[in-house]
Amino acid sequence: MSTPVYIFKRILQALPLLFLISLMAFTMLKLSPIDPLASMRANPSVSAAAIQAEEERLGLNKPAPVQYAIWLTSTLQGNLGASTTGGSVAVRLMQHAGNTLLLNVVTLFFTWLIALPAGVYAAVHRGKLLDKFFGFLTAVGMSMPTFLLAFLFLMFALATHWLPIGGMTSSDFAERDTIGQVLDIAYHLIIPVCVLTFVSLAGIQRQVRSNLLDVLRADYVRSARAKGLSEEVVIYKHALRNAINPLITLLGFEFAGLLSGAALTEMVLAYPGLGRLTLEGVLTKDMNLVMASIMLGAVMLITGNLVADLLLKFTDPRITVE
Amino acid sequence: MVSSAAPQVNTPAKVKADLKHTVLSRMWKDKVARTALVGLFLLYFSAFFADILTPYGMEFNDANVGNAPATLLHIHNDNGELCWPYVYQVKQENDLATYRQTFSEIQTTKYPIKLMVKGESYKLLGLIPLDVHLFGVEAPARIYLLGADMNGRDNYSRLFFGAQKSLTIGFLGLFIAFPIGIFYGAVAGYVGGFADNMMMRFAEAVMSIPSFYLLIGLAAILPLGMTSSQRFALITVILSFISWPGLARVIRGMVLSIREEEFVQAAKSVGMPEVTNIIKHVIPQTASYVVIAATLQVPNFILAESGLSLIGLGIQQPDASWGNMLKAAMDQPNELLSQPWLIAPGFLIFFTILCFNSIGDVLRDVLDPKLSGGR
Repeated sequence: MSTPVYIFKRILQALPLLFLISLMAFTMLKLSPIDPLASMRANPSVSAAAIQAEEERLGLNKPAPVQYAIWLTSTLQGNLGASTTGGSVAVRLMQHAGNTLLLNVVTLFFTWLIALPAGVYAAVHRGKLLDKFFGFLTAVGMSMPTFLLAFLFLMFALATHWLPIGGMTSSDFAERDTIGQVLDIAYHLIIPVCVLTFVSLAGIQRQVRSNLLDVLRADYVRSARAKGLSEEVVIYKHALRNAINPLITLLGFEFAGLLSGAALTEMVLAYPGLGRLTLEGVLTKDMNLVMASIMLGAVMLITGNLVADLLLKFTDPRITVE
Repeated sequence: MVSSAAPQVNTPAKVKADLKHTVLSRMWKDKVARTALVGLFLLYFSAFFADILTPYGMEFNDANVGNAPATLLHIHNDNGELCWPYVYQVKQENDLATYRQTFSEIQTTKYPIKLMVKGESYKLLGLIPLDVHLFGVEAPARIYLLGADMNGRDNYSRLFFGAQKSLTIGFLGLFIAFPIGIFYGAVAGYVGGFADNMMMRFAEAVMSIPSFYLLIGLAAILPLGMTSSQRFALITVILSFISWPGLARVIRGMVLSIREEEFVQAAKSVGMPEVTNIIKHVIPQTASYVVIAATLQVPNFILAESGLSLIGLGIQQPDASWGNMLKAAMDQPNELLSQPWLIAPGFLIFFTILCFNSIGDVLRDVLDPKLSGGR
């Protein structure tokens, strides 16, 4: 099967899944006891007519199945609706999702940049001091809650004043030129990226190490060594290439895990990402906002898995997608 | 060839006992696992006897010392000689110009630390009425080893009571999520066909929502006016709800191959009912995987609970949990340096997870050498 057909088929398969997810998310929201208009109702200066108009606008006065149908049709038309605090859900979502995506992509990049050489080194020099040191670091990393690490970095930033304390931009962001803005965001990304990289690094480094160790025991590696190839060629040309495949599947999972892991980090570090937006929506029972962000999270997760599968096909010609 | 000696018969019970023996003793031989087991024992012991080990109860507060720093222990008397540790009463002053609170010691009366003192009465395990605390000082002095929170409650004592919540939720969650996950996966794998397809699609749908988003969505469903124990129970249910599908999927995969094994087919052919066959023959085959997965799942429950409580959707005040104690750190990040003890619960979470993960790793090496990955 050719790749475009495969992608098309995978997208078709994802549709019923997304429908199920939207049903679950909707049921969840309807069961929640929070009143989205509570603050309006509590305010004596807001007239009953205004509340009714707001209910009308948000579609809250209709029975639940009708509300779901309205939400579904407008979403399919590309209209994600308005949020209770005013403003278009789509605009807010895009900003926040962009921020989360930026954080995750940078994190993934650094994770792999460090994990791959570290894993290879640990496998090749198995049992040596540095391997043991990496082993200790990964054990710490795998058990480290992201929020604790975020707190520790915040303390570091407070003590040294070298790094910003949370947020994504400085207060004078708007007045800077483009280069200044990029640098400012990069400066603010340091802490969240460090936190997430350290935590996700651990699992990947371990996986690289153990995969490579398995491959290094294989017969073809022994023959490669026996015919006198240099150790570099054996490891990088023969072993590593075969050890890498299971890791690409991991990449998909990693992406999904990052979305969740990033949510807490975002909250602790006041980073304006999807996690914070969702929490805000849940706390104010902003139906359109929560539905949209849960769906977006699911789409990102499914896409991550699809990309991982495609990459796998790309790196390993033996794999045929079907 | 028939040996003349009596044949060695390994009854299933004996094999099981041997296996259990070797698993435990091999774990005990491993230095890391032994340390982790001792660590966990200490943690659970502290949680279990929290009432005795702490100087104050969970809800005890002294509004005069809100946000007070850790109480200083003095071990030198007025002449500079070593003596039994004592504390002074702490006085709070507000600077009206800067709105800053300062705390100073009233150095007139020394309050020596007393062991096994009578204090607040409580019921150990909800049954035995007692009023003995391991240590304490006489009022009006307070001994707050890790400072006070904004309501003037003792952070140190609350860590112990928080442990009761945070440490039990992991196991309670297992008891709900694992039976569901195992049975769901086993049925799907065993029955196969259309039902399997539908069941797995549903599990995939749950798995396709990033777990933290699902978690906060579900936590928001909880009605507002619940008692703390109801809330605790429902949060456990929610945590279980997001964690069963992963297990179900793996179990299904294993069952797909187990159901083709001869002993399962044999039982089927002599007319054993399907449910009995699943429970008696199929599920036990997945045992070693389940034990490992369970050990590695507990940390996820603990993390999820603390994450939820950290953002205010989990265990609510005045109850203590490690997560909601950390909320103080999140709400006032600028105080982290002046009150570093705010993140103490975070370190306990880290330590607990480290213990469970270490035990899980060693357990995997012992139970399933194939999975150990060349260690």
